[in-house]
This record gives sequence, C-alpha cells and structure tokens, in this order.
Amino acid sequence: MAGLAVRIESLVKEYGRLRALDGVSFEIREGELFALLGPNGAGKTTTIRILSGLTRPTAGRVWFFEKDIFRESLAAKRMVGLVPQAVNLDLELTLWENLLIHGLLFGMSRRAIAQRAEELLRFAELWERRNQRVRTLSGGMKRRLLIIRALLHAPRILFMDEPTVGLDPHIRRRLWGLIKQIQTKGTTILLTTHYIEEAEFLADRVAFLDRGRIVALDTPQNFIQTLGEVAVDVVTSEGLKTYYFRNRGEAEREAMKLSKQGESVTLRRINLEDAFIHFTGRKV
Amino acid sequence: MRGFLAVYLRELLIIWHRLPRMLLSFSVSPTLYLVAFGFGLGKDLTVEGRPYLEFLVPGVVAAASMMQGFGINVEINVARFYLRIFEEFQAAPISNWAYVLGEILGGVTRALLSTLVILAITALAGVKLHLGPAFFLGVFLNAFVFASLGVASAMLIRSHADQALVTNFIITPMVFLGGTFFPVEGLPAWARLPLKLLPLTHASHLIRNAAYGNPVPLTSLYILLIIAGLGFFLAYHSVDRARD
Repeated sequence: MAGLAVRIESLVKEYGRLRALDGVSFEIREGELFALLGPNGAGKTTTIRILSGLTRPTAGRVWFFEKDIFRESLAAKRMVGLVPQAVNLDLELTLWENLLIHGLLFGMSRRAIAQRAEELLRFAELWERRNQRVRTLSGGMKRRLLIIRALLHAPRILFMDEPTVGLDPHIRRRLWGLIKQIQTKGTTILLTTHYIEEAEFLADRVAFLDRGRIVALDTPQNFIQTLGEVAVDVVTSEGLKTYYFRNRGEAEREAMKLSKQGESVTLRRINLEDAFIHFTGRKV
Repeated sequence: MRGFLAVYLRELLIIWHRLPRMLLSFSVSPTLYLVAFGFGLGKDLTVEGRPYLEFLVPGVVAAASMMQGFGINVEINVARFYLRIFEEFQAAPISNWAYVLGEILGGVTRALLSTLVILAITALAGVKLHLGPAFFLGVFLNAFVFASLGVASAMLIRSHADQALVTNFIITPMVFLGGTFFPVEGLPAWARLPLKLLPLTHASHLIRNAAYGNPVPLTSLYILLIIAGLGFFLAYHSVDRARD
C-alpha cells in the first residue's frame, strides 16, 4: 500500500471575521490524484496557497511525506510543484528563460535544467517555440508551459489550482491527457476544480469543499453509486426537480408516468454534480 | 546562492530584452535637466567656484541613480500585482535574503546603466569630471540605499496606487532638495538641518566630491553605509509582510 504524501490536520484560515477554511483535514496517498471540488469561494485556492507556502494558516498542521511544512518550509517546498490559477509566467522572457529561472530557484544546475527542460518542452510539444517570448503563445500553450515549469525540478507532489479554467473544451481535454500522463509517472497530484467532469475523469478520490469545510470525501464512482445510476430531471412550475434511480428500467417507468402528466422529463446518467448537490444542497 | 542568482538573472534578462527602450528612457530626464538648468540657466553661472554644469552633473547622476534604484519597486509591483510572478518566488525554496539581494542588485544595475547614459551625454557636452572608483562607489551606495527602500516599500504597500503616493511624497521632493541642483550649504541653518537628514544629500555630496577629484567625505560615506544596512534589514523583514 502506498504511503501518505500529504496529511492535513484541522486547517483554519481567517481573513478578519471571514473564516475561509474551517478545520479542513484530509490525506493524500502517494501517487494519487486527489481533487478538491467546490464552488467559487469554497476555500479551494486558500487550501492550495497554504500548502504551497503562499499564505500562512491561522491554525492547523500539514505534513508532506512526514515533514512538517511549517517547521521545515524550504525542504517541503523542494518537494512541491505549483500550477497556480493565474498564468504567472514572465511574458517578456522566452520559454527557455522562464524554465531556466525556475530551475535556478529550485537549486538545479544549468546542465540539469537544460536536460530536463528539453525533455519537458518536447513532452508538452513546445520545443520548437523554446526561444519565443511567452507573450506570443496561445492560452493553451501558456497553460502547458505553466505545468511543465512546475514539473521541472521533478516534484514529488504537484498542486494544480484550476489548471484548465477558461480554456476551450478541446484544449481542456488535451490537458487532462497531460495530467494523467504526469500521474502515471508517479507524481502525487492535488487538483482543485469546479468542473465536475474534470474531477470525475481525472480524480482517484474527490473531496467536496463547501464554505471552508470538507463535507464528503470518496471516489467518484462511490459518490455516484450512493445515489444510483440514472437521474430523471423534471421541469415543473416550481423549477427543476431531480429523482435518482437504481437502474434504467425504474427511471424509464417513472419518466413515462411523469411525461403522461404533461411534465418535461429528461433521463441521464447520474454524475458527480448530483452527489455534490446531495451532500451540500448547492450546485458547484 | 542559486536562488539569489535566479532573482538577479531574471532582472538582468528583463533589462536585456528592454535595453534599447531603457537606454532611450534613461536619457530623457537627465537631458532635460542638463538643457534646462545647465545650458539654459547656467551657461555663465558658477557654483562653489566651478561652472554650474560641473556642479549639476553629479547631482543629476545622484538623482537618476536614486530614481532608477528606487524604481525597482515598479518592477516588483508589476511582478506582484499584475504578473503574479512574486508567487513563483514565494513558492520556491529560497530565503528572504536571496530574494531581497537579487532585487536590490537588479535596481543597482539599472542605476549604474542610467549613470553611464548620463556620463555619455555629458561627455558629448564637453563636461569633464573625475570618474574614479570613489565616484562609482558613491553611485553604487546611493543605488543600493534606494533600491533596498524600493524593495521594502514594494513589499509593504497593498496596491500599485499606494506606491505612487510613496514616490510623490518622498522621492520626488528629494530629487529637488537633496543637494542635486543647488548646494545645501547655502541655505539657512533651519532649512539645512532637515535636508542633511536625507540620504540623497549625502549621496550628492559624496558623488560630487569624487567627481571634483576631492577626498571622499567620510561622514557621508558612513551615513550611506549605515542607511544601506538599515534599508537591507527593512527590505529583508518586509518580505514576510507581503505574504497574506
């Protein structure tokens, strides 16, 4: 069984009277892809910022591979790669220069940087553009560069804060492939997202974060199976109502009955969003 | 050590990519000062027994190296509030001193470049100065003092607008009152005393004496060394304040 890569205990963050994180605790196993799912303002970015050393928590403890990250912050930072939500690349510098600076920041030799940068630029299909300035890249290319920059120093843990936000669906899917490939190489990944399908497709386990608290934690499959297999959405005069069924037969019988009563009915597969609404009473 | 190199190298690469634009912009203000106050006003004027231009050029060098050194705060603000590159430094396993020293030397490099541009312009105008090690030590110290204050202020402010306030209320008055355009010694005692507290007054005094080939004024040198140390200390301790 894989060891623990990340252990978070009772993390609290207060901004004045606002409690952004309210006792968050969870663990991530080595090699696991763990997703934090929640609406805007749930506390996802605050969690990532604390784990990356960008924000100090009000209370709580965190360990990476048994190292206390607040007591041994430099050692902890060496283990981590961060893909932030905002594209924080040096737009005036070339792709190569951006990677060079990052490598030096993480104590790599120039030779090691050159080798690893070439490998990663080819992996992300950006090698041909290595001497171009970053500002000439498309949004999707910048995101890919952001990801490989975080991987340059071969971190054991990768934090990705909404890595595909604002991207076209086809580019998002391409990045999912890239993220899966990174995981298969043994990197532990913590990803935040408010895209349901992203968490469902990528994550081994998902935690629902709402108003600064973890309200549920399980695999996407278990979350969905809790509710059943098929959902029936019914548009009524009071709004949208959703009913969950163990199998398609049951769902079809109910749908037929409702449709005869003149309701507008749709059958679909139960997804992670249904589970989120079930546990939080809110949409993602 | 590599952390410091990374921060400084980033500043050098930015300077390299912008060099033509930068050199051009470095030349605008000093040229205007020289034309307006030097050639226009003071062609036949003498100060301290020398042509006013010889008095003025070291003052312009002091003012420009102060502005460019302190100007590192603009780069840091852009990196912090707009590009968010400051987060890349915060997430990296580097110490505060590596970050602070890298940024300060970035400011010092800009200041030295602007000094070279002014010296080139004044050489073309036929102004002869003694440009020995003491002159460049004065420029370096002045730039270091203001770059460290620039880094500290960039860490302490909460928005780009706050930075403009600091520049308007502290730096701009110092350009005119720090012994750059007129000798502070000529003022009445009540006005002279507060101006003697300004670091730029001592930088102008040191750079001017070096440019005249006079011995280095040790009091000004020690005061600048002390303020440089205090500035670095302040900048170092301000970095954690930028972490929310």
